[in-house]
Amino acid sequence: MDLTSGFEELFEDAPCGFLVTDADGAIRRANRTFLAMTGHRAEDLAGRARVQDLLPVGDRIFYETHFAPLLALQSSAREIAVDFRRAAGDRLPVLLNAVMKGDPGGPREIWICVFAATDRRSYERELLLARQRAEHSEKEARELAGILQASFIPPSLPRVDGLDLAGVYRPAGLGDEVGGDFYDMYETRDGWALVIGDVSGKGAEAAVVTSLARYTLRAAPAREPTPSAILASLHHAVVRERTDRFVTVAYAQVSLAPDGGCLLTLSLGGHPQPVHLTGAGASQVGRPGTLLGMLRRLRLSDVTVEVRPGESVVFFTDGVIEGRRDSELFGEDRMERVLLEARDESAATIADRLLQEVSAYQSGVLSDDVAIVVLKVPAAPVGPDQRDR
Amino acid sequence: MSVLVRNHVKVSGRPDGKPLVFAHGFGCDQNMWRLVAPAFEDAYKVVLFDYVGAGRSDLSAYSPERYSSLHGYAQDVLDICHELDLTEVSFVGHSVSSLIGVLAANAEPDRFADLVLVGPSPRYIDDDGYVGGFSAQDIEELLESLDSNYLGWSSQMAPVIMGNPERPELGEELANSFCRTDPDIAQRFARVTFLSDNRADLDKCRTRALVLQCANDVIAPEAVGRYVHAALPGSELVLMRATGHCPNLSAPEETIAAIKAFL
Repeated sequence: MDLTSGFEELFEDAPCGFLVTDADGAIRRANRTFLAMTGHRAEDLAGRARVQDLLPVGDRIFYETHFAPLLALQSSAREIAVDFRRAAGDRLPVLLNAVMKGDPGGPREIWICVFAATDRRSYERELLLARQRAEHSEKEARELAGILQASFIPPSLPRVDGLDLAGVYRPAGLGDEVGGDFYDMYETRDGWALVIGDVSGKGAEAAVVTSLARYTLRAAPAREPTPSAILASLHHAVVRERTDRFVTVAYAQVSLAPDGGCLLTLSLGGHPQPVHLTGAGASQVGRPGTLLGMLRRLRLSDVTVEVRPGESVVFFTDGVIEGRRDSELFGEDRMERVLLEARDESAATIADRLLQEVSAYQSGVLSDDVAIVVLKVPAAPVGPDQRDR
Repeated sequence: MSVLVRNHVKVSGRPDGKPLVFAHGFGCDQNMWRLVAPAFEDAYKVVLFDYVGAGRSDLSAYSPERYSSLHGYAQDVLDICHELDLTEVSFVGHSVSSLIGVLAANAEPDRFADLVLVGPSPRYIDDDGYVGGFSAQDIEELLESLDSNYLGWSSQMAPVIMGNPERPELGEELANSFCRTDPDIAQRFARVTFLSDNRADLDKCRTRALVLQCANDVIAPEAVGRYVHAALPGSELVLMRATGHCPNLSAPEETIAAIKAFL
């Protein structure tokens, strides 16, 4: 076989286009495959056109700002996606691989391989569009989750004379799923009700149960005499819903005492015991009861707690104590330490401090939703005229 | 985070020399000056850097608000000058960096002695009576082109691209790494670059300036170079033999000679 003519034929009829250009892109030679791909004539290219001239303007800028610098910096560039303008006026999507031959300072030329990539590029465009759509949907889902979640938590807790109240909530992870945590405070026949709860699981189904729990708890005090009876009615409502979700709730009936303190009548349905912060220390209050909406036999009780001026009760969801770092939990001891250090602060500061510690413990990304509500009886009674200062 | 790390600042040359700051344009990073900067190290304190969002800068420092106009990029230049306590600065800006240099010099005129503008364009899109060379449609096409060429970027690649000189085995994967960054940032930088109109800032510039204009530059055509020269009072214009938009890579000797003659 005649090597020279064999290589000549390989150059001309290779299964990809070949371009040989000067360092500035001026075309010296184009092979037959390239001419066939683009419909250009050899005499219109060699010595007359630069590669850039065959590109649409957007790609021309890309050529100058990326392709040419890459070739100069590393003598090669790979998988550069551009379109060639064909003689007929339409475009041919291609991928280019190129090498710069010759030494810096001496004569240099660029060898370019041109692969037609019509199908691949249109597929890539579809993928790109699909990704953009996915990103858009994800953003929407996050917004929806945020809006739905916000409806489970009052925008602000009511002002109750003689009480300092604060609630904080932070969703797990990136907050793109609706969590099951909720809290609420509202006026009832006998004073005020403070509830905090957690529906198992996440997403739309959990949101339905969270919603059910919130309106059931709001309506029940009109019919039921005690916090435990109110929780029992929620239990039955969840069971009737035939969901496999269950709910934990801490329900406190709050009555203000004439001497400035307040009385909580507390019932716990499977919920972690709130922490009572006094001058003597921190203690868990309420008697643990059964989860709501799951077990056949309910065990709920009412416990009365007296909260004196200067004292607080901290309600929280399990996302606080079960916050995870590697395999270790944030835990009750750590929570108690944080609360004791903060006990002389305002309700808002106590709540924020605990949230910050739990969040920092997990490097800022929570493994589970966290809700915290702090009820504090201020040491000196706070009147409405002082509060707005 | 220190500005020097944020902008991947490299200082070389004479510690007591007059400062010469080289700034890269849209597309790649400080490597664009690889063939030019060393020629100044014997006489100058040479400063190279990457804008936030380019090269080996700290991508987490990128903020869409700050970098929504060229002023944010000019602030990068000023931050570096402050951090290194540079005065009497000679600033060499390629492409969009020319105008970034003008903005920086306008903000702190006392800090800058000279500006070298390599392939400057104060506005890329044609306007009533002004020929920038592009239409708005062209710029949209560029953004699409960026999209198809940044397909290979992924968050796993990011830390690799951000700099692992101690892992040369990654080299093969990093075929186009000099000109790579987060595609979202590249898109935004492209928009800011090609949709800016800084013609009015030229009139305000009182810093001594050199315009280096290449032949056959599709990005900044000769007419634009002449416009910049006319708009900058007392500027010099050098029409180079080099072709294209990157004489710092394609004709380093000619570029070096022109800068030296001016300085």
